[in-house]
Amino acid sequence: MNTKKNSGPVKWLLIGVSAFFLFIMLVLPLIYVLVTAFRDGAAAFWEAVSDEYAVKAILLTIEVTVLTVIFNTIFGVFASWLITRFQFRGKKIISTLIDLPLTVSPIIAGLIYVLTFGRQSALYPYLKEAGIQIIFAVPGIVLATIFVTFPFVSREIIPVLTAKGTDEEEAAALMGAGGFRIFREITFPHIKWSLLYGIVLCSARAMGEFGAVSVLSGHLRGKTNTMPLYIELLYQGYDFTGAFAVSAILVLMAVIILILRSILERKGKKETAEA
Amino acid sequence: MKRREKKKRVIPGFGLSLGIVTAMLGLIVVIPLCTLVIYSAQLSFADFISTVTRPRVLSSYAVSFRTAFVAAVIDAVMGTILAWVLVRYEFPGKEIMNGIIELPFALPTAVAGISLTHLTTTNGWVGSFFNRFGIKIAYTTTGITVALVFIGIPFVVRSVQPVLESLDPQFEEAANILGASSGQTLRHVILPEIFPALIAGFTTSFARGLGEYGSVVFIAGNTPYKTEIAPLMIMSELQEYDYASATSIALVMLLAAFVILFVNAVAQSRASRIVSGIS
Repeated sequence: MNTKKNSGPVKWLLIGVSAFFLFIMLVLPLIYVLVTAFRDGAAAFWEAVSDEYAVKAILLTIEVTVLTVIFNTIFGVFASWLITRFQFRGKKIISTLIDLPLTVSPIIAGLIYVLTFGRQSALYPYLKEAGIQIIFAVPGIVLATIFVTFPFVSREIIPVLTAKGTDEEEAAALMGAGGFRIFREITFPHIKWSLLYGIVLCSARAMGEFGAVSVLSGHLRGKTNTMPLYIELLYQGYDFTGAFAVSAILVLMAVIILILRSILERKGKKETAEA
Repeated sequence: MKRREKKKRVIPGFGLSLGIVTAMLGLIVVIPLCTLVIYSAQLSFADFISTVTRPRVLSSYAVSFRTAFVAAVIDAVMGTILAWVLVRYEFPGKEIMNGIIELPFALPTAVAGISLTHLTTTNGWVGSFFNRFGIKIAYTTTGITVALVFIGIPFVVRSVQPVLESLDPQFEEAANILGASSGQTLRHVILPEIFPALIAGFTTSFARGLGEYGSVVFIAGNTPYKTEIAPLMIMSELQEYDYASATSIALVMLLAAFVILFVNAVAQSRASRIVSGIS
């Protein structure tokens, strides 16, 4: 490998510093959550996570995550198809707008939805007439989560499609294949791992989003509290075991996501090497 | 792919894709942002200035910028070391280390927040150690910085790592043979190559740190004038339904985020010119 011969002590010093840093900053918080969740025994843990409101928070989180992932996957696939397969005016503007949510603070993301759909908005009378409540209700939570994770899927696919070029799709189109068939038989096999990885990243962020959701949720127990908000509620009520027990579920999800990530990355690399 | 001018589009689906993308983009991003612009235009300039120059708001900006900047510097240094270790060395556990880097993307920020807080209070596992030297972490700006370091570290590693991977070690060997010390090689050979990626990682984690809320609110303690961050100020104005003040404070933060992005873009284009000039 590339290792320089004279860097023995430096090498192990740097590895040591890195390992120490990662252990203190990243691993220790994980361990702490699990230890605290179970410090009063498994029964206390189970009681905390099977609480009526905890279960409702978990279900709401799943609902929000699924809706967000569906929306952003559809968007991500079409957006990356549009951006990598066609030349057109305004393409730069579209790709800038897609990435914009990444630079906006989650709190500000929440704020702009409050301004758009809240009481002082021009839309509010119409929404009220139609009986639709968006802010301080589930639709607002979903919208804010979609905004925060908006570019996650397309950002994973676009580099792969750009690197692949358009020759194969053009050939297929000239031979008379329809758009859906081209996508299914030519494009999709190239992007499937990066698409899956995008979906994994998107669901991770969607499950854990706190700031934007916190602005738009009415903080109604059992109605508009997602898991992170429920954790905050327990924590501020000094129910630390409960807060860490619910957190432990999210920690578990995070670990699963990391494992999935490394599997997907390896598969993707292997297929690129074979191609 | 070389860019080719095509009179006719061969690949189907342009109209459909454009329609779907603009509709979704419009609903999620464009309409809400336009609302923000329209709403801001209605604010009186005098009110805007008096809101954002309130002492409590000013000190929240100061806290946010200082902690996010320090955290981004720490992330830049540690992130470069981590990327270097992951690219250049072989050692047991390397795959695991590479996977763990992405933990802050996968772990909900609120969970990270409460866990880091409990670890660093004066009787926490880590905090009790530092407390012996009179250093308090949780409920101080140091605590905020710790949370932001956690949030920002993967941005720097994932930005620098691919550049280091593509950097040919032959250049370092050449510098070595020509008699350069490792310090000189680092300064004149490696750093110029990774500099643009480092700046990109630094600015991303700085921008992310400025806007971060979930992990910080728990560890900050939120003492007015001391450990209140700007996003928290926006949040508390929102909870009092004072949308005008919330928007004013947010506009300054948005402006700051765009300035940071712009600085990054300038640095990127300048750096790419310098690098291509040499080769």
